[in-house]
Amino acid sequence: MSDRARLLLELADDELILGWRNSEWTGIAPFLEEDVAFSSIAQNEIGHARALYELAARELGTDADALAFDRTLEEYRSAPLVELRRLEWARTIARHWLYETADAVRLEALKASDDPEIAGLAAKMDREETYHRIHAEMWLDRLLAAPEGRTRLEEGLRELWPYALGVLDDELRPVFVERVRARLPFELPEVEPVPRGRHEAELEELLGEMTMVRRSAPTGARW
Amino acid sequence: MVTAAAVWEALAEIPDPEIPVISLVDLGVVKDVAVDGARVRIAFTPTFMGCPALERMQACMKEAVRDLGGEAQVDVVLDDSWSTDKITPAGREKLREAGFAPPAPRNAGKTTLVQLQAKAFRCPYCGSTETRLDNIFGPTPCRSVRYCESCRQPFEQFKTI
Repeated sequence: MSDRARLLLELADDELILGWRNSEWTGIAPFLEEDVAFSSIAQNEIGHARALYELAARELGTDADALAFDRTLEEYRSAPLVELRRLEWARTIARHWLYETADAVRLEALKASDDPEIAGLAAKMDREETYHRIHAEMWLDRLLAAPEGRTRLEEGLRELWPYALGVLDDELRPVFVERVRARLPFELPEVEPVPRGRHEAELEELLGEMTMVRRSAPTGARW
Repeated sequence: MVTAAAVWEALAEIPDPEIPVISLVDLGVVKDVAVDGARVRIAFTPTFMGCPALERMQACMKEAVRDLGGEAQVDVVLDDSWSTDKITPAGREKLREAGFAPPAPRNAGKTTLVQLQAKAFRCPYCGSTETRLDNIFGPTPCRSVRYCESCRQPFEQFKTI
């Protein structure tokens, strides 16, 4: 597989898996606005995943659905950060903010890519991601503003920090770390990143659920 | 004989699947039409990438060309050439009439929370600018939800992208 296809799959897998995780708040978020927000963010992320898979599929001679649903657990390239299942609000916000901050660094680099398809798609995705970032920053400020929120957020960020460091490669990671440090009123520890390529136990369960319809109707489900 | 003008005319009759008051041409998603005999190539720029209406739009465009006696190929352009600035003035007016506040122009620079929270957004029902942001996200990817303090109506604001 080419470096280009591998990159596209990494991006697509991150967006697909995080989209699924975000959608787990549909119906049970702390209030209605956040039901709507996380559902909408999930829809955007899965839309990005589809476009990225389509680009990869053209190169790999397959189609987007096959890449999204028919690979084995080991073949997924998602970052462990997006695989974790943390249905606790402060941890959800911690992951949301860490991912969007890392993703912004990655999109800036991709927009400057000399591959016009990748640069164009990154620019299009970035238009929508702007709203995700505004939402994540708003929630970071909200949680930081009250003692309980701050305590819970800090716990969540400390727990997720090694995972967040694994989203970007060695070249882009320092920019991300610098932005996180500049934004937070407390220090995060120096730790080793949890790298891409190994998977959290939760991913297997998620893939089982995600591919259920596909497996039960291999020729395509009709509604 | 299919002509580009006839294709544009036919596409201008196709309603947006989610906001049917506005046509695909008003929405600005048809980037280019090229005709070669009966073969028609349509360059289509999607709006929001997770929008479920995108496939329906493509099917409708093919059908419209078939009705003209042609065969259409829809090329999906996945770059940032579509923005909400591509919505035509007529399209913006139709959105407003249907109760959707049209998007703010993009040239205002990078979108920020402070901007979204500003009162500058006008209520499509009563015209007041005494409005506030209720939710950055709304019922579809393209919309935010705002509330008008003057006529006490919630309304949907087309996001600027």
